[in-house]
Amino acid sequence: MSPVRKKRFYMVLLLVVGISIATFLIVQAFSQNMMFFFSTSEVKQGKAPKDREFRLGGLVVEGSVKRIPKTLTVQFELTDSITPVSVEYTGILPDLFREGQGIIAKGQLNASGVFVASEVLAKHDENYMPPEVADSLAKAAKINAENAKNAEKAGSTEAISESIKEKSE
Amino acid sequence: MKKQMIPLSLFAGLVIFLAIGLTLDPKEVPSPLIGKPAAKFSLERLYSETAFSPSELKGQPWILNIWASWCVSCRQEHKLLVNFSKQNSTTIVGLNYKDTPEEAKAWLKELGNPYQITVQDPKGRAGIDWGVYGVPETFIMDANGIIRHKFTGPLTKDRVKNQLLPLLKQLENERTAVQG
Amino acid sequence: MIPEIGLFALILGLAFSFVLASVPLLGSYKNHSGLMQLAKPAAIGQFLFLALSFACLIYAFTVDDFSVKYVASNSNTQLPMIFKVSATWGAHEGSLLLWALILTTWTLAVSLFSKPLPDSLNSRILSVLGMVSIGFILFILLTSNPFERLIEVPTEGRSLNPLLQDIGLAIHPPVLYMGYVGMAVAFAFAVAILLEGKFEMAWARWAKGWTIVAWAFLTIGIALGSWWAYYELGWGGWWFWDPVENASLLPWIVATALIHSLSITANRGSFQSWTLLLAILAFSLSLLGTFLVRSGVLTSVHAFTTDPSRGVFILIFLVIVVGSSLSLYASHAHKVTKRKPFNPVSKETLLLLNNVILMAMMATVLLGTLYPLILDALGLAKLSVGAPYFNSVMLPLTIPLALFMGLGFATYWREDNSKRLLQRLWLPAVSSLLIAFLIPLLILPEFSGLAVIGLLMSSWIAFSALHWLLKENSAGLVKPSFQKIGSVMAHIGFAVTLTGITITSIYSIEKDVRLEPGQSYQINQYRFEFVNVKQKQVDNYLASEGHIKVYEDGIPLTELHPEKRTYLSQAMPMTEAGIDAQLSRDLFVALGEKLDNQAWSVRLQYKPFVRWIWLGSILMALGGVITLLQRRKNSAVKNTIQSQAEKTA
Repeated sequence: MSPVRKKRFYMVLLLVVGISIATFLIVQAFSQNMMFFFSTSEVKQGKAPKDREFRLGGLVVEGSVKRIPKTLTVQFELTDSITPVSVEYTGILPDLFREGQGIIAKGQLNASGVFVASEVLAKHDENYMPPEVADSLAKAAKINAENAKNAEKAGSTEAISESIKEKSE
Repeated sequence: MKKQMIPLSLFAGLVIFLAIGLTLDPKEVPSPLIGKPAAKFSLERLYSETAFSPSELKGQPWILNIWASWCVSCRQEHKLLVNFSKQNSTTIVGLNYKDTPEEAKAWLKELGNPYQITVQDPKGRAGIDWGVYGVPETFIMDANGIIRHKFTGPLTKDRVKNQLLPLLKQLENERTAVQG
Repeated sequence: MIPEIGLFALILGLAFSFVLASVPLLGSYKNHSGLMQLAKPAAIGQFLFLALSFACLIYAFTVDDFSVKYVASNSNTQLPMIFKVSATWGAHEGSLLLWALILTTWTLAVSLFSKPLPDSLNSRILSVLGMVSIGFILFILLTSNPFERLIEVPTEGRSLNPLLQDIGLAIHPPVLYMGYVGMAVAFAFAVAILLEGKFEMAWARWAKGWTIVAWAFLTIGIALGSWWAYYELGWGGWWFWDPVENASLLPWIVATALIHSLSITANRGSFQSWTLLLAILAFSLSLLGTFLVRSGVLTSVHAFTTDPSRGVFILIFLVIVVGSSLSLYASHAHKVTKRKPFNPVSKETLLLLNNVILMAMMATVLLGTLYPLILDALGLAKLSVGAPYFNSVMLPLTIPLALFMGLGFATYWREDNSKRLLQRLWLPAVSSLLIAFLIPLLILPEFSGLAVIGLLMSSWIAFSALHWLLKENSAGLVKPSFQKIGSVMAHIGFAVTLTGITITSIYSIEKDVRLEPGQSYQINQYRFEFVNVKQKQVDNYLASEGHIKVYEDGIPLTELHPEKRTYLSQAMPMTEAGIDAQLSRDLFVALGEKLDNQAWSVRLQYKPFVRWIWLGSILMALGGVITLLQRRKNSAVKNTIQSQAEKTA
């Protein structure tokens, strides 16, 4: 190889090595830090990982917020309107944390199935619902509706007979 | 392929994803609740201390309008609703969303009250069961209490004329067909 | 009546944009100077009508004209006058109008200060800018008209989110937009060059100046946003890797690469094709940022602030602007490009390497921002990538960036000798090693490997920059040029920011504690004594005001008054932190909530060197602006030489 070509070769080699390292780093960091979102029903069904952090979203169940006296630990329940999950958090809650509010918590499940949150997020907008939470609620609403429909099927003959009665009157 | 083409093709790929992302917008996706029975709730009425639940309206088509006094686009559609209630007999239930009774009453006094029944949902709890993303939203129920249509955002003359009225007519026909 | 004038002015502005976009371009092809000279009046007209339109909107806000829907939705009579004015650009419609106004301001400036460019190139640049304005103004008129009237006129408007009632946030968007939209100049320049078919070194120098101004605005805009988040969001974070923040960081990274690439093109004539690509990319990313923030793709359930027709419009706009410019690039770039050989040991190589690193950083941020969106689009999963991802990639990328940055100062253009390079470098290398080890050992509370790395990077940059400036100065009798002073200052600014980030990330202490009146909590040499919390009522909010005494080594230092506010017009509470700021550290106290027994939960923070992050940004922007003085001075020198020559002749 001529000296010029040799130099060029080294430069290209350096670039390729550099880009490979960068790509490796990015992919590595990505796979380690991807944080999946799970709804409370999915957690109860055991779909959420036991050994890594994930994000849990739902509505704060009314009347479920309890403080442990003399500490900063708060316990509350999150729900997608079907299954509630207990959450424990130590620290200062965001300004917009309220019962009935949709929130997202970041954390991990402990051995007894309680979600230990390291961070609680509530957006600075009272009309805002985190997209993930809205999505899980919509899914739950669908399931609720189907259940209601099934229940109604069982009782539908009654409804029909009632309407006939009304008419005959 | 020329290397100058690379940025263009990367961009083309990105655009495809962004376009798919756009179609996921909640306003484009029909509500999963359509065709499902209306969610149950029991909420206090604005003008009396009794509770109201949707099952009371079984046997007739009805309209649920979700509104709030702090919502500017509700103001826009309100006049339309008032006119509508004068010309049509369909029951309109107003669900006052994340609001205070005082402000809600003041608003109805100022702009007129198109609602046969007004209920309060100060914490937005029932709104969530109905999959409400924001106000105003309007749901149309048939005589069996099944949600048949949902309007996201304010009603307009156009929407009332071309969508709401034909739908109500159809629901009325369905009802008489069942009964007849 | 006034809002109608505003709307009409906007439409007239659009008419001028159409003239600007077509006539000068036509003139450049027909080589008709009369047509090309129409560019200037068209740019002036466009600017004047947009300014009139914007003034009408501000007027509507100041007189509480709630018949305008946008005013009713974003302002109320209770608002102090200054926030009424800033509410003009507080939401979607108005901020777009501001955007368009800024675009026409840049266009006007280009039409006034473009002497070094040939008429044809200048006309093409202005026409491209005109096309961009058409897109923006149409976007406003078709999907986001801020002058829309309400049929029913409300007596009172809706309150602004109290978070937005803040002077920092009032000036943040205009500054940031100056930066975003300023990238349009470099973009128009690149497209015009591709149409022109050749690229001369002097033109690159012209484009560099414009890019630096836009970049300086962007730098300040980003720093302001970070500072605002720090003191207003209440929890002491200064960067969240939030999509909105990322949207501003992406064009900044590319613009930084662009300035350096333009510098190579201006000095050596090489890297032309790469420069053009970066110029297109910088503005494309500004638009992508708009798309992400404004279309609601990322906050898809954010109720009624979003509107899918807007998203569709922006996407079409994006496809036209970016797609056509990249197609032009694909088909024409090879005609423009000239290859100039350079030695592997040269300034060019180092600048190129750093350009590559900056692109890797850009890709990292872009991926982290878009990947969740893409997975969602494919219906695969809902996930997020948090700060740890960005941090763990950005840190290793910053190390070579800093290394090459320092080396770049010492290296000559075109060809250098590695042995002589080492001779030149030993002094900054040794001094930065000393600093990097001594400061953690002697001053900082504990030794940390990461702190050494961070300090090594920043002192290496700062010392080699200074060394470059001083050595040149002592060797020759030439006074250092503005160009040099500015460049050194900007790089030292980067080093200052890097130092701030390093130290505050490693040594910050954050404690959430439960304090009863009279209780104290100790962090390092500081003791925080919780006195009490009092209720007070101020204009439009109720506040719980905390009183906390701070002692340093037992001596009273200061008293802090963090607040928890509840605005009357809105139910949501707001946290106002109490901050004691010094150059070397911030003490930061925020109230949590009331617990049992008069106790409160309180967040106490010790944040060393956090100010340096923003201080460095100011230095960067200032340094950039100082380099611009150079060109004027140069031409002034030339002029005096010329006039002297004329005199002697």
